[in-house]
Amino acid sequence: MSTTAIIMMVVALLVVWGGLTLAIMALRSKPERTDFPPGGVDDHREDMGIIEHDT
Amino acid sequence: MSADNQTAPREQFTGQVGFILSAIGSAVGLGNIWRFPGVAYENGGGAFLVPYLIALLTAGIPILFLDYAIGHRFRGGAPQAFRRIKGWLESLGWFQVMICIVIAVYYAAVVAWAASFFVYSFGLDWGDDPQAFFFGEHLQLADVGGADPWLTFDFVAAVLIPLVLVWVVVIAVLAAGVVKGVQRANIVFIPLLLVAFGALVVRALTLDGAAEGLNALFTPQWDALGDPDVWIAAYGQIFFSLSVAFGIMITYASYRRRRSNMTGPGLVVAFSNSGFEMLAGLGVFSALGFLALEQGVGVGELGIAGVGLAFVTFPAIVSEMPAGALFGALFFGSLVMAGFTSLVSILQVVSAALQEKFALSRTAAVLWLGGVLGTVSVVGFSTTTGLILLDTVDYWVNNMGIVASAILMCVFVVWVYRRAPELRYHLNAVSTTQLGAWWYACVGAIIPVMLGIMLVQTILIRIDEPYGDYDETYLLYAGWGTVALLVVGAIVFWAFRWRGPDLPRAWPPYPPVEDPAVRKEASR
Repeated sequence: MSTTAIIMMVVALLVVWGGLTLAIMALRSKPERTDFPPGGVDDHREDMGIIEHDT
Repeated sequence: MSADNQTAPREQFTGQVGFILSAIGSAVGLGNIWRFPGVAYENGGGAFLVPYLIALLTAGIPILFLDYAIGHRFRGGAPQAFRRIKGWLESLGWFQVMICIVIAVYYAAVVAWAASFFVYSFGLDWGDDPQAFFFGEHLQLADVGGADPWLTFDFVAAVLIPLVLVWVVVIAVLAAGVVKGVQRANIVFIPLLLVAFGALVVRALTLDGAAEGLNALFTPQWDALGDPDVWIAAYGQIFFSLSVAFGIMITYASYRRRRSNMTGPGLVVAFSNSGFEMLAGLGVFSALGFLALEQGVGVGELGIAGVGLAFVTFPAIVSEMPAGALFGALFFGSLVMAGFTSLVSILQVVSAALQEKFALSRTAAVLWLGGVLGTVSVVGFSTTTGLILLDTVDYWVNNMGIVASAILMCVFVVWVYRRAPELRYHLNAVSTTQLGAWWYACVGAIIPVMLGIMLVQTILIRIDEPYGDYDETYLLYAGWGTVALLVVGAIVFWAFRWRGPDLPRAWPPYPPVEDPAVRKEASR
């Protein structure tokens, strides 16, 4: 392989796989927010599923 | 009896890992393995990395977030989510569902071919001439260049039987539900895919000639950066690869609980998809370098993309190398797993839409879609002209259908109904990674402009010259007819009465509620 090709391959892998590693590390360090706007927890009315008519 | 007592809660992924693996399963498909390496090689080699990464950051990730925001905020598959943005936009949701319907019927056929070749690998059944074996013996492709008809109903058992099996398995997975079907399939297949494909890449890198193959892929041609077509190719690759803008990510996001981080997992999904493409680039071009050395030809003279790469070039590589059967099984096994998890996600879009619009149970929706689409798939793609139809429909539905869908989504959601600030607020309210105002520029300008150029270019080229030297009348029906089918299907589905519940779902309220009294009311 030429030197230029090796450099480009290393840069490509570092950027993409490095980005993936950073994204995973960031998610592991803070998987979810701790503060949310009010609501959105046990609102069963809003989370309910569909009405089934097919019987 | 109130509606609350009649219905079960909406299905949900059990957590972040299940969602991430399912989204990766959808994004990582056949295109990652057989499209990316060839596109990179033909568009500047190592220099392609520059437009590719810029496209990932300015188009891929932003439109992925747009899909997530729509699905998560409006809690529905594509038709329901768009309907909650603006009633008539439900039709755009059905346009996306129609895209999934069309893709599913031929995508299943490719998964079935890969499954057959997985079995063939163990005995190297293709012999010395993989091209003749694939087109002649396996597909029994009709000679469409002569007097033979463009469309036959001469079924090929070797294609039909695996295809039926693929449909049976995918129906079983969908019928088991989001958690026990979709999520479980991805939790099994995605780690397995990574291990199998990783082993394949390690083996490919140790082959004679691998360095020459990688040299061909990564040697930069910097002058390519001045070519607008290279930039269009980069945006196209990122766009097609991420499974965005045709309902999948909207549907999957709607199965996350409300208080769920969306952008953090989104970055993991986007970089995993590109990371797998890099892995595929290493594996495919190492193997191509080996074959080029064995045959004494240049890498560029081999079939380096698409069906030709997978079913002709790779079998040739397998035949040439020591312990090739294992290598072939790893390659075709990886194709099956990558394709199958994507097929599941495509059909989940259809299933969710049918359940929500027609108030069908999951089982009824899956049986309907499986019965109808499975039949169409078998009738259309297990015949001696299946490959021609597949090639034509695939070109039109991807390059026109999905691209048009993305442009319409950006134009109506961002420009016409001005929902971008609300969607950004939603993502920021639930997510750890915050979106800046730059996101507006991406979804409101960069994406529609780049995709608009792609769409116009494609239409002009196809008006000017027939695709693949196929018969023009055939292309009128099978190609342009596919686009017409997408539009007509969207209108027909939209026209039916909405039978599912249609309660306001958006949380958190927008604009944000600041009055403590109102906050208390909103939290009830």
